[in-house]
Amino acid sequence: MPILRIIKNDTKINFMRIKKITLFISAILFLFSLSLIFFKGLNLGIDFTGGTLIEARFKENIDLNNLRTKMNKLDLGEVQLQTIGNENDIIFRVQDKKNNQAKTIEIIKKSLSDESVDYRRTEFVGPKVGGELVEAGIIAVIFSLIGILIYIWVRFQWNFALGAIIALVHDVILTLGFFSILQFEFNLATVAAVLTIAGYSINDTVVIYDRIRESMRKYKQITFDEVINLSLNGTLSRTLMTSLTTLLALIALFIFGGIVISSFIVALIWGVFIGTYSSLYIASPLLTYLKSDNRQSLKE
Amino acid sequence: MVQFKKWQLYLVILFSFFAIIFSLPNFFSKETLKKFPAFIPSEQIVLGLDLQGGSYLLIEVDTQSVISENFESFSDGLRLSLRKNKIPYSKFNIKNNNLFFKIRNEDKKDDLSKILSNYSQDISFEYLDDGSTKIFFNNQKIKTIQDTSVSQSIEVVRRRVDEYGTKEPTIQRQGINRILLELPGITEPERLKKLLGKTAKLTLQIIDEDLSPDEIRSGKTKPGTIIYETDNELDSSGNPLLYAVKKRNFISGDLLINAFPTIDRGSPVVSFEFNNKGGRKFGKITTENIGKRLAIVLDKKIISSPNIREPITGGKGIITGQFTFQEATDLSMLLRAGALPAPLNIIEERTVGPSLGADSIKSGKFASILGFILIIIFMFLIYGVFGFFASIALCFNLLILLAILTSIKATLTLPGIAGIVLTIGMAVDANVLIFERIKEEIKHNLSPIATIDTGYKEAFKTIIDANITTLIAAIMLFGLGSGPVKGFAVTLSIGILTSMFTAIMFTRILILIWLKKKLPERINL
Repeated sequence: MPILRIIKNDTKINFMRIKKITLFISAILFLFSLSLIFFKGLNLGIDFTGGTLIEARFKENIDLNNLRTKMNKLDLGEVQLQTIGNENDIIFRVQDKKNNQAKTIEIIKKSLSDESVDYRRTEFVGPKVGGELVEAGIIAVIFSLIGILIYIWVRFQWNFALGAIIALVHDVILTLGFFSILQFEFNLATVAAVLTIAGYSINDTVVIYDRIRESMRKYKQITFDEVINLSLNGTLSRTLMTSLTTLLALIALFIFGGIVISSFIVALIWGVFIGTYSSLYIASPLLTYLKSDNRQSLKE
Repeated sequence: MVQFKKWQLYLVILFSFFAIIFSLPNFFSKETLKKFPAFIPSEQIVLGLDLQGGSYLLIEVDTQSVISENFESFSDGLRLSLRKNKIPYSKFNIKNNNLFFKIRNEDKKDDLSKILSNYSQDISFEYLDDGSTKIFFNNQKIKTIQDTSVSQSIEVVRRRVDEYGTKEPTIQRQGINRILLELPGITEPERLKKLLGKTAKLTLQIIDEDLSPDEIRSGKTKPGTIIYETDNELDSSGNPLLYAVKKRNFISGDLLINAFPTIDRGSPVVSFEFNNKGGRKFGKITTENIGKRLAIVLDKKIISSPNIREPITGGKGIITGQFTFQEATDLSMLLRAGALPAPLNIIEERTVGPSLGADSIKSGKFASILGFILIIIFMFLIYGVFGFFASIALCFNLLILLAILTSIKATLTLPGIAGIVLTIGMAVDANVLIFERIKEEIKHNLSPIATIDTGYKEAFKTIIDANITTLIAAIMLFGLGSGPVKGFAVTLSIGILTSMFTAIMFTRILILIWLKKKLPERINL
């Protein structure tokens, strides 16, 4: 006999009752995110902008102001300094358009040669490469959306594919908005996170759609809203279970996985929430507006 | 679905066996592995540069400069043959690797076509409206030049990296004109970058002393000579000295067979040795030019300009620049490895120091184990004995994943570890789907076997649909192409496949064996 229950068996939550509210809220959040992305912009990392990044661990306490003065003397343009973790770990970010950027690392290292420093990570991305990485990232997102769209179209019907894709675009844009408002660094790893969120969210949606399709065959006498409610309740404990197990793994990674992947993990955690929400409150209610109720023509 | 065939059981046992065998070495240190008997595999998973520390360099070969060089020498050749065949021409000029000129005499056009037909494999040409001819390299020729200069560059880079003493470097061509360099263990790449940044084109030429450095500075030139600045001699106003150097009769560095640093009269020098052909040429030139000065030109700079006191016939000599011993060592190394056909530019560099790599492994390991334990406890709390079965399957899922990654020699990166942890979280999804379905079927009051059977059957379709869509996203990620993201995509996609296998085959067999042993009246879930 199981010791714990997340929710009681046989829930009868009326998800569809608030479908207009949730769709409205999502539309607002969607537009808000879009405007954030356009007006506030994303805090693009050097993967996309090109530039130099150095993560250094100083053996002794370092005075950030002194360091800043020192860096400004190097004539590299703006050198951003940021402490991470403990006080002695410092990240240098330089976007030096003037000099040959490949030399920036050397110049900074030379200026610190009288300190005892452990260089944990140094990165340089040329401006050309940065542009290419952006392009590859966008292409990857678009292609995976198209791939998923086609698969669902083939396995279900076009209305379902459309519903799933709208929910998916919703998730992607809200994730980008999340990054924009918190000004988290958006780098190549974050693109991977966004794609994983897409994968996770679509996984959730497909499980629910599968049940809706099944219920459509079974129940011919009740309204379409009720069909969807039945299906959402039927899959609810699974939806929550999977979100919880994934969250458990992600939270472990967030706390103990180190600074390098932390923004990547934050994106994924956000994605689990938004993906779960959109499967329940966006992807499913949307079906009622997409002329998906073709139960009369369905084969037994 | 309720009956499993004997072969299915054997398959699962076989898979588990291989999973254990091939993932096993990852749990031991390299020293312990050496003591293992030979029949047990000892391959460990390959760690990415971000975990073991090292440098990743993306280098662009400046093929454009080679194309220009080639085109200029082609144009020079064409001009010579125009003269030889007495074809009068005017307005001969090169612009962006296009050659334009006008034939003054219309009836010489046939002769021109005949000359051009000799080059027909390499060039295309157009007759423009104003009566001039435009000639350019065709795509085939450009591609050939690019290919040869990139593959020659790779050769030279490989030799330089080997001489530098790197263990197991990866050197690959990427795209049209790029070279990808992965150097495990190199955490201070500055010196290597400097070495790669040098073309190392060496020539020995005779200095034309008709022009004094001051005259050259004031802009005087002389046909047949080229002007280079010196590397370490300064004139009275602090500018580097300029010399005019004869273009003809030079010896190029590719005739060298050896070079090494030595000490001559207390200072570091580079001692070199020519092959037979180079030795003869060196002997001849030094004999003919006694009393003059020899310019040793490296990458368009004169690094040394000794007087020729006597013929040097042995094919050996020394370069006395103002070197430190390190510089003499590096120069010898560059000369031994040969010159690059084109300049190289570093367009992307990522270096991870050993301490960060070690930290990442430690935290990655800890997070994986913690996430794993949390999920096992959680599954047991929610699904009881069924959750316990799912956890055993999850264990094997991890082992199989590790075994596959090890045997296909996939590289494990930090995002890759994140992929594994995420897989752990999502791997239980298939089991959750099945168990939830079984829960619903319990309401229908069927026999335990029929309940589990229907549960599996109904959940199966959903599992396939859900996992394929996630797999599509993972494969697109893989296509994104960059190193760290690829690592994540690899572990995630393999993880999805193995989790489907363990969830469907593994737990089912465990549950059915348990059913047959226990014969419960009804299922509690």
